[in-house]
Amino acid sequence: MSVRKNQAHLTANEKREFVNALLELKRSGRYDAFVSTHNGFIMNDTDHGDRVAHRSPSFLPWHRKFLLEFERELQRVNSSVTIPYWDWTADRSPDSSLWADDFLGPTGRSTDGQVMTGPFAYQTGNWPISIGMDRRPYLRRSLGSRGVQLPTRAEVNSVLAMATYDMPPWNSGSDGFRNHLEGWRGVDLHNRVHVWVGGHMATGASPNDPVFWLHHCFIDKLWDEWQRAHPDSGYLPATGTANVVGLHDPMRPWNDTTPADMLDHTPHYTYDTA
Amino acid sequence: MSGITRRQALYGGTAALIGAALTAPAAGAASTRSGPTPFSEVYNGRQIQGRSTPGANHHHHGGPDYTVFIDGKELHIMQNADGSWVSVINHYELHSSPRALARAAVNDLQGAELSPLP
Repeated sequence: MSVRKNQAHLTANEKREFVNALLELKRSGRYDAFVSTHNGFIMNDTDHGDRVAHRSPSFLPWHRKFLLEFERELQRVNSSVTIPYWDWTADRSPDSSLWADDFLGPTGRSTDGQVMTGPFAYQTGNWPISIGMDRRPYLRRSLGSRGVQLPTRAEVNSVLAMATYDMPPWNSGSDGFRNHLEGWRGVDLHNRVHVWVGGHMATGASPNDPVFWLHHCFIDKLWDEWQRAHPDSGYLPATGTANVVGLHDPMRPWNDTTPADMLDHTPHYTYDTA
Repeated sequence: MSGITRRQALYGGTAALIGAALTAPAAGAASTRSGPTPFSEVYNGRQIQGRSTPGANHHHHGGPDYTVFIDGKELHIMQNADGSWVSVINHYELHSSPRALARAAVNDLQGAELSPLP
């Protein structure tokens, strides 16, 4: 059984194996297919049209499936690798070990935002950016420079306390747990972390930065925490709703997986802390 | 100068097109659905433009009938349910208008050209 761990507790060897698996997926071209898929959904998911991966109830099961598919690719390279999670309520500083050169590398330099050291620096030749809004070929970050703070545990708890999964109009204007977690409304958890990292993470091609996976792994874990806090609350909408993925509707691009299939992660992986 | 793309040929920020958009009545029928008024300015050395494009949203994937260009290249934008805006460059941060969005994109681009939309 795969166990997804807090990134802060990984051993040096676990970090090395995770990084090496990422680099191998990048080299083979399989990594960029995930970037491209994500960017396509970002551009197509609209508040008043079809929406699957973002600004909709299926934000959480879609990303759970997306991470599972990515984790399976990592495990084809090295079967012992799992996606770690980044608890940004605890590891809140650009000086965190997450951003050290033996793991994801640091923030970008001030002149052009380019990440200059670590395994994903452009000069290594191992991490060229090819899916993006422009032709700059290097990974960019600006950790904490956009005037936002990472969410606090108290802010997380205020969102976990919301008992209703999602509500009409099932988009960025909704009340309820999903949209407050996603961040279009209220204290803003998920969206704000993308903005805090900056650079590629602030764009539709955010999976260009490997921290995307660690961020979404923690969002996935928060969904699990919410489920355990509200055992009587389920995914909504339960039945067919225009432009929105209901509980038993298949999700693009896989078309063989429904939100109902993704409610229980334990057949696939567990988390290191319950 | 590199070859002109199809999108540039169709929408590409020629003075005549933008001039026509700017002189159109601001309260015309097209603006009722499209919302923001057109703009055209130089910001941090980049030409940023926004205008209504009713019926031209075949590549917007259901987005608004409003298009933003930076140096003649289209920036993919989207309006949120609350009326705020995001672009593919600032996708997780709400902006009050397409002009604010265009300026934020210029800040992020630091002189880089937009790639053609997929």
